[in-house]
Amino acid sequence: MVFDWGLVGKSIPLLATGLMMTLKICALAIVFGTILGGLLGLASLSRLKAVRWAVMAYVDFIRGTPLLIQIFLVYFALPVVGINLPEFWAGVIALSLNAAGFIAEIVRAGVGSIEKGQSEAARSIGMRHAQILFYILLPQSLRAVVPPTTNELITLVKGSALLSVISVYELTRAGQAIIAVHFAPLEIFLLIAIFYYVTISILAWLSRWLERRLPVW
Amino acid sequence: MGDVAMKESAVIAAEGLTKAYGGRTVLAGVSIAIEEGETVVIIGPSGSGKTTFLRCLNYLETPDAGTVRLRGVPVGADRHGRLLPEAEIAKQRSRIGFVFQRFNLFAHLTAEDNVAIGPRRVLGLSIEEAHRRAREELARVHLEDHAGKRPSQLSGGQQQRVAIARALAMRPEIILFDEPTSALDPELVGEVLDVMRELALGGMTLAAVTHEMRFARAAADRVLFMDAGLVVEEGTPNEIFDAPREERTRKFLAHLHE
Ligand SMILES: Nc1ncnc2c1ncn2[C@@H]1O[C@H](COP(=O)(O)OP(=O)(O)OP(=O)(O)O)[C@@H](O)[C@H]1O
Ligand SMILES: [Mg+2]
Repeated sequence: MVFDWGLVGKSIPLLATGLMMTLKICALAIVFGTILGGLLGLASLSRLKAVRWAVMAYVDFIRGTPLLIQIFLVYFALPVVGINLPEFWAGVIALSLNAAGFIAEIVRAGVGSIEKGQSEAARSIGMRHAQILFYILLPQSLRAVVPPTTNELITLVKGSALLSVISVYELTRAGQAIIAVHFAPLEIFLLIAIFYYVTISILAWLSRWLERRLPVW
Repeated sequence: MGDVAMKESAVIAAEGLTKAYGGRTVLAGVSIAIEEGETVVIIGPSGSGKTTFLRCLNYLETPDAGTVRLRGVPVGADRHGRLLPEAEIAKQRSRIGFVFQRFNLFAHLTAEDNVAIGPRRVLGLSIEEAHRRAREELARVHLEDHAGKRPSQLSGGQQQRVAIARALAMRPEIILFDEPTSALDPELVGEVLDVMRELALGGMTLAAVTHEMRFARAAADRVLFMDAGLVVEEGTPNEIFDAPREERTRKFLAHLHE
């Protein structure tokens, strides 16, 4: 078998279109997933047992089922309840919901790792639960929360390849389309891998940059 | 009769406090009333319930039974023993200072911010007022030159003094100290005890769990000896240290002097 360099050249613009879609979906999912995950994380620290319990059940479900199945569930379940979304948004929602579950757990664990004396001291001067969370615990948990969160967001980008199964024309799907016509899986999958690798390397660099800027005390 | 009269005037009064952890009784019915301006020192062997008792006074720990009154008003629970709403308990706690064995300064904040955050967020003072008060209180514990430092840049003795300033900034009606010097290197104990003595002499009401006999003799109006979840004996420092009536007190003091 010969490596088809001609096809590689022709494929790059097509794959670039797919990559743009991947970036768009991931950017949206990163924003929504982080916000939702942060909120769920806070909810998991609520004083209300029912709220904590609900978040725990959600996190458990997200961690205990494959992302692929979660994607199918969002894609096929939403129309059933009368919500008809294009694949694009189904993809964004599925990735956001998935990342949110993991991020909620990261936030809960991060805040939980802070020494009990901190919140006791805050209680002793009359601070209330929400104040303790916002002024004492969350600022201190940043160092514990940010690195695993950026990690999770990188995982999200890798997971976006699975959206090809619901025909979102992202990077992987774009490559599969080329393979279907030209049957050159090795060339194309190698190219796809390089595209992902570069994207994720840039993200990893960004997250290291961010982590270096976290306050120390 | 005298008892009742005393409780009327007390800053804080506990009655029949009990607490058990997993079936193990830690407080077996503790009653005590602390008067305005009084300095009470609590001593007793490890595990006798001293920390638990102090923590019940400001409801950091919820007692199983018994009541705490702050100037006659029940703390933590209403007259029927129902827990008060969080906001209400928090407000009561803000009137009772607490100084921890391990300082528990907010690790991410400077000394000044540690002291200012209570007046700012709990008492609702303006930023300027809260920080003016914080600098005042830091000066009172002789740390005006360290206002910008974080806890990790301070010695243990300095951290504990910031913690005292943090409590003072709330203008509490009483301050509770739980072994405030026992986590300190010996050479740093004096500076913390000096501040406590100044507070006591300045008329502040305080209750301190401490085994620093020199402090107790110099500053305490009353010493309580606790053992097995009960106040076994109480009296003036001279009475307790020089002529203890109870065998358990004698044993403990002998052990302490070894
Ligand atoms: N949260 C808790 N859960 C279970 N047991 C506890 C808890 N807090 C305290 N205890 C137990 O209660 C007993 C009394 O503890 P406490 O800390 O009040 O004693 P103490 O007199 O302050 O002792 P020390 O001099 O060692 O500080 C100890 O046996 C301790 O192990
Ligand atoms: Mg103790």
